[in-house]
Amino acid sequence: MNLFRFFSKGQSAPAARERLQVLLAHERAATGDVDLVNKLRDEILKAISKHMQVDDEKVSIKMERGAQVSTLAVDIEIPFDAGKKAA
Amino acid sequence: MGKVIVVTSGKGGVGKTTSSAALGAALAQNGEKVVVVDFDVGLRNLDLVMGAERRVVYDLVNVIQGEAKLTQALIRDKRVETLYLLPASQTRDKDNLTPEGVEKVIAALKNAFDWVICDSPAGIERGATLAMRHADIAIVVTNPEVSSVRDSDRIIGLLDSKTLKAENGERVEKHLLLTRYDAVRAERGDMLKVDDVLEILSIPLLGIIPESMDVLRASNVGAPVTLADTRSAPALAYFEATRRLKGENLPITIPGDKRGFFGKIFGRKAA
Repeated sequence: MNLFRFFSKGQSAPAARERLQVLLAHERAATGDVDLVNKLRDEILKAISKHMQVDDEKVSIKMERGAQVSTLAVDIEIPFDAGKKAA
Repeated sequence: MGKVIVVTSGKGGVGKTTSSAALGAALAQNGEKVVVVDFDVGLRNLDLVMGAERRVVYDLVNVIQGEAKLTQALIRDKRVETLYLLPASQTRDKDNLTPEGVEKVIAALKNAFDWVICDSPAGIERGATLAMRHADIAIVVTNPEVSSVRDSDRIIGLLDSKTLKAENGERVEKHLLLTRYDAVRAERGDMLKVDDVLEILSIPLLGIIPESMDVLRASNVGAPVTLADTRSAPALAYFEATRRLKGENLPITIPGDKRGFFGKIFGRKAA
């Protein structure tokens, strides 16, 4: 192995440690069935489907789990006449 | 119509997930549309190796059970835009994988991608047999070590009998990927030689991946090794393997051959 390249890269173990801590915190919470982000995702979709026919292809869900904050982005295309159909 | 590859080995810890991620990324880096599918239901790790663990919304089991659409479960890589991941479920077990469900998912993926890479779990049970079921090409990941070679031989037997191709009287194209190859130990004669392994398993060699710190580093930061450092020894070996996979006839380079005088001295000291 090229020694110069070896030393110029910096440590990667701290990144591994941080990633594992965040991931495991979320996974442990999930097995206790208190995974809030998953629950919110399901309930938001349920609420929407009450008011309109949800076309699965038109719903995009993104999550990003962080140490302090997680984000949940639900992006739904609502057709102009969606309200009428449900009524 | 895309090609389906299974990355398999029988034995655990030989480098299936590392190789799936590295080969998938390497193909995508060439502009091909690639999806890497994690079949290790209950113990997923491909998401972690590819650095997508925080972005998993739905998984393979959700798609099979009809709880999510395939497009919703696919995670697009942030670095290479033609690279996608279909994660395994972490909370359910492998009984949730049904042959019919897997067949549907693979058929849909074949339509949308150039390459569908199935990262098999260790063992020879349901997860592993379903991962290889629809394969056109099998990459058998083997370490130059007795138990790994024995398990690979067993897996080759399954590839010749339990796959759809085998049942239809066709053959799955099989390739050997020799991983964690240590040039220093090979030189000392303490490791099975490449030719020994090839003679025993008698399937063509796709590449030799050297044992390297770069593989650990890449998994630490969540990047396929071919993306983490494109000039590292394992990355170069995976790029070569990718070209052979696409049909190029390249001579095999045995890692360590090109080491100079200082490399040999340092290599010995480190061992």
